[in-house]
Parts: sequence; structure tokens; C-alpha cells
Amino acid sequence: MGIKKLNTPLTKDVVARLRAGDEVLLSGTIFTARDAAHKRLNDMIKNGKPIPINLKDACIYYAGPAPASPRRVIGSCGPTTSSRMDLFTPPLLKLGLSGMIGKGERSEEVRRAIKKYRCVYFLAIGGIGALLSTKVKMAKPILFNELGPEAVYEMEVKDFPLIVGIDSKGNDIYDKA
Amino acid sequence: MRKVDVSKIRDTIRDLCLKANFELRKDILRALKSSLSKERKPRARKVLKSLIENAKLARKHRIAICQDTGILVVHLEIGQDVALVGGSLASMIDEGVEEAYRKGYLRKSVVGDALLRKNTGTNTPAISYIDMVDGDRVKITVSPKGFGSENKSMIKMFRPTDPVEKIKEFIIDTVKMAGADACPPLVLGVGIGGTFENAAYLSKKALLRPIDKRNPKKHIAKLERGLIKDINSLGIGPMGLGGRTTVLGVNILEAHTHIAGLPVAVNVSCHATRSAEKVL
Repeated sequence: MGIKKLNTPLTKDVVARLRAGDEVLLSGTIFTARDAAHKRLNDMIKNGKPIPINLKDACIYYAGPAPASPRRVIGSCGPTTSSRMDLFTPPLLKLGLSGMIGKGERSEEVRRAIKKYRCVYFLAIGGIGALLSTKVKMAKPILFNELGPEAVYEMEVKDFPLIVGIDSKGNDIYDKA
Repeated sequence: MRKVDVSKIRDTIRDLCLKANFELRKDILRALKSSLSKERKPRARKVLKSLIENAKLARKHRIAICQDTGILVVHLEIGQDVALVGGSLASMIDEGVEEAYRKGYLRKSVVGDALLRKNTGTNTPAISYIDMVDGDRVKITVSPKGFGSENKSMIKMFRPTDPVEKIKEFIIDTVKMAGADACPPLVLGVGIGGTFENAAYLSKKALLRPIDKRNPKKHIAKLERGLIKDINSLGIGPMGLGGRTTVLGVNILEAHTHIAGLPVAVNVSCHATRSAEKVL
């Protein structure tokens, strides 16, 4: 089994070809969002307000990067624990979000929502933020800048190494491990 | 009295914060390499290799080992024959941390109030523990603690008559519940004895000891070795995707306690268990 190369946007036909356990190198645009940003986005949805980023076929990376030093694009930039975002995830998938990147297991509700909306959950290796930062070619905060490390960053990544955790059929890598 | 200027403590804390965040501890790097030699599963090997490569890259380019550069825990041992001069120790600790996190481009992960949750923007205040000891030295240890693993930590008050097997079971269950979320391979700090808060403090302090050094008390060392063996046979493995390497080390610190109790705290930490120390 080789390593699959993928590009954003993560359209349904691209996502459908992925299977739990596949190794993937992802290139293109992704958005970071973690606890505080997820809460704000969910509050907007609850209050019937439009959310300020286009989630259609988009990919969210659960991460709060360290700041960039003068000669680098971004600081250390690994995944944070996905399960803290579980509560906020189904509404975002409903709005068209196609991919998520994080670490660790997801709730049964999230697994079902991934299957229902035919999305994908990727695992990144936790604790290799320095290494992953070399795969980021551009990064800029675009939303909730006042949250500092919890702001939403738009990132361009090149060959970002991932493993498919939950595929669009609802298969979960942690069921087999 | 030996005079020590608090600005010297500030500068030392700054330098130690940078070192701890950029340079993976040698005992941990050794443990990663030795684990790699024992792993057979390709995926487990790949994860361990990535952790080793990450450490090399971080050291060489001065990038934080992990983006979660932690809330900073400072342990100070101050000799009672030392006179601290030149200002406020408390503010110098935070100045040292702030300078390191600003100049080192480390992530500011501290909110000023646990409920209002506004980021202080400086990674301060630090969490400080100050012990008065004999002598005229000041020992400074900093330890940036990430919360992916911290969130999985547990404390339990056992009955004094409970067998040690029950304590082992609790520690192993803590590892199972942490699962993949806490970034295995883990390092566990365990505090046994004392009071409720003292056990938790001991569990944090236990993480400072090199993971290849066993507790000097024979029965505790035996418990440590037994736990390492049992946990590594769970099969959780690196990233929770299977393998022999679930913990790199289990460090226990024990203390006296009350006749009615037996507190046990488990502080969960990941491979990025970071600390650096210096004696002034």
C-alpha cells in the first residue's frame, strides 16, 4: 500500500477513495481551529448567524501553532486532542466541512456524522510539531486574531503527512488497532 | 549570608525555558532510541523515528519540540543561607518566563482566569514551588507542561489496607483512559502518600527525575519496573496505533502519610517531558 497524495479542496469523490489506515500526504489550503474558535463558530451557528469562513469541502486542523520566528513560516505546529472538539463537530460537518486533522479518538456521534456527511478524519502524529512546521509553506491568522494561538490560521501545506483515522464509510482505525 | 541577585534567577529561568523547549532531554532521547530497537510493527517504528527526527530538528533549528510549550512550572530550592537581593523574586520568575516565550517564539498558552479564559499573551504567571533547604545555593528547575497529557492525569484516595495491586490497576487504568489522546509513548509521574495535594505535587516532581534512574527504595523501584512491563504489554503503542512502546518511563515518588489514608496521583506526560535545571 503506497502513500496517497491528496490536494485540497477535499471534494466528496476524493474523500470517498480514502480508507481508514491509509497514509496520505496532503497539499493545499487548510484552516486551524481549536477549542475557543470552535466554541465561537458554534455560537454563531446556534444564533443563526453566517460563519465567516467557507467550509465547503474545507479541512480544519486542530492546532494552535507556536509563533513564527523571523526566518520561518510558522513555529512548531502539531495536532491537539480532537475529542475536545467532538461536541462542536457535527454542526460544522453539516455546513460542508469535509476533513479534520487532529490526534486521538473521536466520539461515536462524530463517527456517525462523518459517515452521514461522507467526510474524513485524519490523524497527524502528536508531538512532532517541529517536523510538521517544515511542511507549512504559508500561514496567516484570518479570524479571531484576538485569541492569539487560538486564532483561525489559513495555512498552505505541502506533503503534510497524515493517516486516515475515520473514513467516509465510518471505519475507525482505532477499532482495529 | 551569600547574596544572590534575583535578576540572576530571572536570566537563568529564561535560559532554562529555552533549553527545555528546544532540546529533548537526553534520557528521553535514549529511551526513544532503545524503544525503536525493540519495536517490530512498521507503523510504531515510523512514529518513533518521527519523534527522534523531530527532536533533532528542534535542537538544530531552535524550534519548539512541541507547539504546546506548556504552562511553565518552576521548582526553586533556596538555601537558607542565601539572601535574595535586587527586587521581587515572584516578579523576576515571571519576567524570565515572559522573556523566554517572547524571544524564543514559543506559544503563549496561559489564560489569566480559568473561567473567563482571556490569554495573558505572555505565558505567565508561571506555577511556582519554592522549598527552603539547607546551604547557600539556589537550585532552579523549569518544566514546561503540555496539557494534552496533563488533562489525562488522575488522583485517588485509597484505603490504607488496599493491596499494592489495586494501586497498580489504577495507574494502568489511567494509561488506558488516556489512550491515544495523551500522545503515547508516555512518561508517568506518580506520587504515593502525603496529603491530597502533596501526592499531586510529588507526581509532578517525579517527572523531573531521569527516566532511566529508578527510585532508590527497592520496593518502589520494583513497583516502577513492574508497571513499565505491564503497561508496555497493553499494546497501545505509539500514537495508540499498536506496539510495544506505551510508556518510556514510570517515575514514582513516595512520602509519609496519615494512618487513615493512601493518596495516589498519576501525572500523565508525553515523550515531550521537558525540564532543565541549574544550580546558582
